[in-house]
Amino acid sequence: MSTPPPTFTEGTFAPNPARGPLLGMLRAQAGIETRLALRNGEQVLLTLLIPVVLLFGLSLIPLLPVPPSQVAQPRVGSVLPSILALAVMSSAFTSQAIALGFDRRYGVLRRLAATALPRWLLVTGRLVAVLAVVVIQVVLLCVVAALIGWRPSEMAGGANLLGAAVSVLLGAAAFGALGILLGGTLRAEIVLALANVIWFVLLLAGGIVIPLSMLPGPIAVVAQFLPSGALAEALRATMVEGAAPGTGPVLVLVGWAVVAGLVAARTVRWR
Amino acid sequence: MPGPAVSVRGLVKRYGATTAVDGIDLEVPAASVLALLGPNGAGKTTTVEICSGLTAADAGEVRVLGRAPSSEAVRARIGAMPQGGGAYPGVKAGEMLHLVASCSANPLDPDWLLDVLGLREHARTTYKRLSGGEQQRLALACAIVGRPELVFLDEPTAGMDPQARHLVWQLVTSLRRDGVAVLLTTHLMEEAEALADDVVIIDHGRVVAHGSPAQLTAGDQQELRFRARPGMDLDHLDTRLPVGYATSETLPGRYLVQGRIDPAALSAITSWCADQGVMADDVQVARRSLEDVFLDLTGRELR
Repeated sequence: MSTPPPTFTEGTFAPNPARGPLLGMLRAQAGIETRLALRNGEQVLLTLLIPVVLLFGLSLIPLLPVPPSQVAQPRVGSVLPSILALAVMSSAFTSQAIALGFDRRYGVLRRLAATALPRWLLVTGRLVAVLAVVVIQVVLLCVVAALIGWRPSEMAGGANLLGAAVSVLLGAAAFGALGILLGGTLRAEIVLALANVIWFVLLLAGGIVIPLSMLPGPIAVVAQFLPSGALAEALRATMVEGAAPGTGPVLVLVGWAVVAGLVAARTVRWR
Repeated sequence: MPGPAVSVRGLVKRYGATTAVDGIDLEVPAASVLALLGPNGAGKTTTVEICSGLTAADAGEVRVLGRAPSSEAVRARIGAMPQGGGAYPGVKAGEMLHLVASCSANPLDPDWLLDVLGLREHARTTYKRLSGGEQQRLALACAIVGRPELVFLDEPTAGMDPQARHLVWQLVTSLRRDGVAVLLTTHLMEEAEALADDVVIIDHGRVVAHGSPAQLTAGDQQELRFRARPGMDLDHLDTRLPVGYATSETLPGRYLVQGRIDPAALSAITSWCADQGVMADDVQVARRSLEDVFLDLTGRELR
């Protein structure tokens, strides 16, 4: 600093403390966390770029088996539910866990815990930011899918879009709770490694790109109880068959959300 | 007269087998500055983290603005600068300060604060790219932006250059003038002497001394040091000095006289040297510094 330090007029720092408006705090925190997620190259790669590329690739190149009931439809119709499930897992779980791990490393939770921001709002802000990213993902992927031939009304039973939206929300809750649990308890480097490995394993063997019905028997049995398998199946049921998400997948997603949320509430460290 | 801003009685905090804080008492009166002084690992940070509601105490009573420290009502009235600051790694400095400002109803203007803390040109720099001193200044801005009535500053000038440190001192002085109570930790003697109304010296989790800087370095606790031939008989000198003086040979050939160093005392010392046929060399008279107080109390250097 070349200029001499300023002198502060009397009364500049006269105390006048009061908590800010709750909605303003929520908007500020969720806004920053959303912007950070959309600004970070690695997170954008994971949450937007890879899903869009896979949506294109798997729709245009016949790599994956298509269930017999859907051979008459454009491939994108059966690929989109898988990619939406992948997108939710990428943002709510992997990306969020890694961000939380490094946020803790840089002391932001401690920083915010020392403000008037209530603890519940701190968590709410993170979840709102995750939801904002999920909404952006869903809109982007559906637009891209529509551009390459996805017509929800032409699916076998007419797509159950409300059911799909509920499935996405439940999936975001389950993966979000797991992401907070992972990112909030382990060291940043370990979070980084684990979150990526789990992402990759669930992508291939967790029922996301390969439907449960096409997975080898024992893997399929396990995968139906995983949030990845449950979310992908719920999305396939709603978007391809026009059915309800299905009791099984809904129970699995709710179960993961509740259990992971409860464990996280007891174990997540604020630093 | 309002009650104390912070009142701590018998505070204890253990981490496993280690007792970080071992029965600390302290009190920060309203609109005053208390410096918690001690070496690294003395328990300063733990004490401040408990007072600012970030860590729970194992025993003892802590009241902040008359309430339990972690209550939301208290957190709305305090500002804290945790050690090492804290922000999202990818957040821009300006964004972070605006976020913290949004937690308060009547914040200071964040852009003005960035300006006076010399962070204007870094407002769009991400936190992880700021230097240590810049991160410290941002953390300080976050601590005061909400117009708190009580501020906790953990090592506020660590990693700062002298100009930045001077600015922080000005800021703390202005806070106190405007009626804000400040609890700060430091291992810099001159910082405690320059800023604090009260100093609490802690070591190994215990209070070893407390008082104002003037009391701790009290005027009649001056000292005189000189060099001369090793092994001189100090008993003879003691008889020449009035009661209340302490003499010692700290190292071979190095002598220390503690007490009120007035012309009579100086004369007694030099005439004693003359009687011994030695020339006192390198004679220094000094007021005791907090550094000396700490050394005397703990037998260790502060840093």
